[in-house]
Amino acid sequence: MRALLLSLATSLALAAPAKADIRDAVTSFTLDNGMDVVVIQDSRAPVVTHMVWYRAGSADEWPGTSGVAHFLEHLLFKGTDTLAPGELSATVARNGGTDNAFTSYDYTAYFQRVAADRLELMMRLESDRMVNVRLSEEDILTEREVIIEERNQRIENSPGALFREQKNAAQYLNHRYGVPVIGWRHEMVTLDLDAALAYYKRFYAPNNAILVVAGDVTPEAVRALAEQYYGVLEPNPELSERARPAEPPQTAERRMIFRDARVAQPYVSRSYLAPERDVGAQREAAALTLLAELLGGGTTSYFAERLQFESQKAVYTAAFYNGESLDDTDFTVLVVPADGVTLPEAEAAMDEAIESFLAKPIDTEALARIKMQIRAAQIYARDNVNSLANDYGSALASGLTVADVHDWPEVLASITPDEIIAAAKSVFNLDRSVTGYLMKEKGDAS
Amino acid sequence: MKAILAAVLGLALALPAAAGVTIDAFKTDSGLTVWHVEETSIPFVALELRFKGGASLDAEGKRGAVNLMTALIEEGAGSLDARAFAKARDGLAASFSYSVSDDTLSVSARFLSENRAEALALLRESLTAPRFDQDAVDRVRAQVVSGIRSDEKDPNAMARQAFDLRVYGAHPYGSDKSGTLDSVTALTREDILAAFRSTVARDRLYISVVGDISRQELGPVLDTLLADLPETGAPLPPVAAPAFDGQTVVIPFETPQSVAMFGQPGIPFDHPDYFAAYLLNVVLGGGGFESRLMQEVREKRGLTYGVYSYLVGKDGADVWLGSVQSANNRIHEAMEVIKAEWARMQTEGVTEKELKDAKLYLTGAYPLRFDGNGPIADILVGMQIEDMGTDYIATRNDRVNAVTLEQINRVARDYLKPEQLSFTVVGQPKGL
Repeated sequence: MRALLLSLATSLALAAPAKADIRDAVTSFTLDNGMDVVVIQDSRAPVVTHMVWYRAGSADEWPGTSGVAHFLEHLLFKGTDTLAPGELSATVARNGGTDNAFTSYDYTAYFQRVAADRLELMMRLESDRMVNVRLSEEDILTEREVIIEERNQRIENSPGALFREQKNAAQYLNHRYGVPVIGWRHEMVTLDLDAALAYYKRFYAPNNAILVVAGDVTPEAVRALAEQYYGVLEPNPELSERARPAEPPQTAERRMIFRDARVAQPYVSRSYLAPERDVGAQREAAALTLLAELLGGGTTSYFAERLQFESQKAVYTAAFYNGESLDDTDFTVLVVPADGVTLPEAEAAMDEAIESFLAKPIDTEALARIKMQIRAAQIYARDNVNSLANDYGSALASGLTVADVHDWPEVLASITPDEIIAAAKSVFNLDRSVTGYLMKEKGDAS
Repeated sequence: MKAILAAVLGLALALPAAAGVTIDAFKTDSGLTVWHVEETSIPFVALELRFKGGASLDAEGKRGAVNLMTALIEEGAGSLDARAFAKARDGLAASFSYSVSDDTLSVSARFLSENRAEALALLRESLTAPRFDQDAVDRVRAQVVSGIRSDEKDPNAMARQAFDLRVYGAHPYGSDKSGTLDSVTALTREDILAAFRSTVARDRLYISVVGDISRQELGPVLDTLLADLPETGAPLPPVAAPAFDGQTVVIPFETPQSVAMFGQPGIPFDHPDYFAAYLLNVVLGGGGFESRLMQEVREKRGLTYGVYSYLVGKDGADVWLGSVQSANNRIHEAMEVIKAEWARMQTEGVTEKELKDAKLYLTGAYPLRFDGNGPIADILVGMQIEDMGTDYIATRNDRVNAVTLEQINRVARDYLKPEQLSFTVVGQPKGL
């Protein structure tokens, strides 16, 4: 629903698909104007997913205009020189398709799912709005109300979301990852036509875009159509390297408490600044991915074992890490305390668990189970061509290459226990962390 | 340019693609009916088991027992305790998901061809010899209790629960399947065992299997998997009698945006007017940006991020529901617009173009659902529960296309009940 991707959490299901088979199914090339193209073949059903990803998200916004990347995403459904507002979605629907879009820190993406024989029409519509959007003041004002209601729904009505927003802001002092994708409310209400068009003119161009087509298609047919519809568009010569303001070295532990009367279940979470996957250099990120699984990836994880089964101080525990990010990201741990356990007690138990994890050798049986699941995830992933399209699109828009996506499962499989311990020791540094308590109002027993 | 483009768009409206699914429906030696699709290109199998009855089979005073029991099926079986079971499952990279809704208990399994026998043996243990160890009961109960407490302060859950209570009263549909803090706290291990015996039985079981397995292999596999299930469970609950008083009820809660649920009586799937009602709902509020509710409430007035209406078929209780969220000072206007559109649809019906567009959308989108082993298995088991034949897939679009303008507008006049449209609002709405 012209939605946002707000979650940074990921799982092994995002691991890339099987080597031998998926490499045969994937073709990639670049058009003369710089637009990248990825084709994923799956002829089991006469369906196609057509996506255009822009290498521009909320972290590419100018200061003072938070939310404009997402606002523009909404406005791209408002019509072009040749299409009336809403006509694009109506046309897709009349063809039995569904369409939508989403915005994250590092990218904005538009997609349609439709019968494979309608691919040309989708390219006609999507290439049109890459360069020909036409907006009126009235569209702007009404749609701004919509995104404010979206903020109400996703953030203001949820103390957990407000807490995470504050915590992110505390984690990133200088980088735009500290600003919410949907925007700060006080800036959203000032977003205007000029701000939206400035972002559009800067970032919406073929040389800043990735086309992903997945389903019952051939690379030859996709190339011919892509050249016809996208290949004729002028690249933007002004586009420069994506260099956003970087974080300064963090040298002090940060702590915060968020209180809200609507909190029913208090919890503690802590994020640590962590490196992301880089082109041709994914080993540390792979080690952190495995670390998150070993430590907090479900019933068989170390946290669950120690805190849910043994001491029973927690009703839920987790660890999250998603290495797919253009710039430095974070590694997050979380403990939801059991009845009668305070947040400081839960935090102490969490720290004790991290310390004891680091002090012991890695459980090689647990690691073998996780590697088995990674291998299986590549098989299961092939059942969902839509999510394969997402995997390639988001990786490329986050600065990785098709080769990185293909190498990723093997990199994960080759990580040693020593590398995991080294990555853990490097990331678990309190001076690079933010610890947050989500609590009820003062006076409550939590 | 505009005219040329319009011509091209027109040309693209060709016939929709056909769903290419060939269902092999057969009976196993032990008499189980299975809908099967063999698909060998990816080396895994998707298996769906669905037991009719679900959370509505909670015994009197034991609300939440079936829900807690379902969450406990994977917490140890046979000689394996909870952790040993999880390790065995993860080591096989199999995925078993046990879930429950008002009317069904679902087991969704995915497993690799390379260790199929081991995965099925483990799944069999969970279905025939779940341990329900006391420590697991207590641990999972604490998670359920945490969820109930969260729902008590979540405006969406509050609205849903308050609305269900108004509509369904004392019937199980009228309360949350998780139970209350009191009822869940009081559940014993005996209650969990009783809930298992009530719900997991062969006489209410529907099966579909899609993936890398032949019919010859599948029959014996299922007979072994399900041989030790009891033949019968508890009788299904009495039919609910949903009631809609046409009033607006406000549940005060300090939050910036109000959440509203609304609804009126619906129409059963096997009714001859069902497809007309389904198309009518697509035009009224069915998901797309083109629906009248989305156009009037969101696109023209910016009053919400989303407004939807949908037909819900519960066993014996068909309802037509909707939802909207707006800031406290705007929810009143959003509700007025929804009521006006509901009434306008009842009196004026849809236009010929709206009907045509809705048909093009529904018929074109239908084949898109059949795009993976998992989704196909899910559809096939659902079709069996709804008592559809295997030929339904081939004829479904014809049924959609057979609806006439006259029929849909008669259905609008007869079935839309603006005077019964009832709202439950959670928040601090102004002007209500």
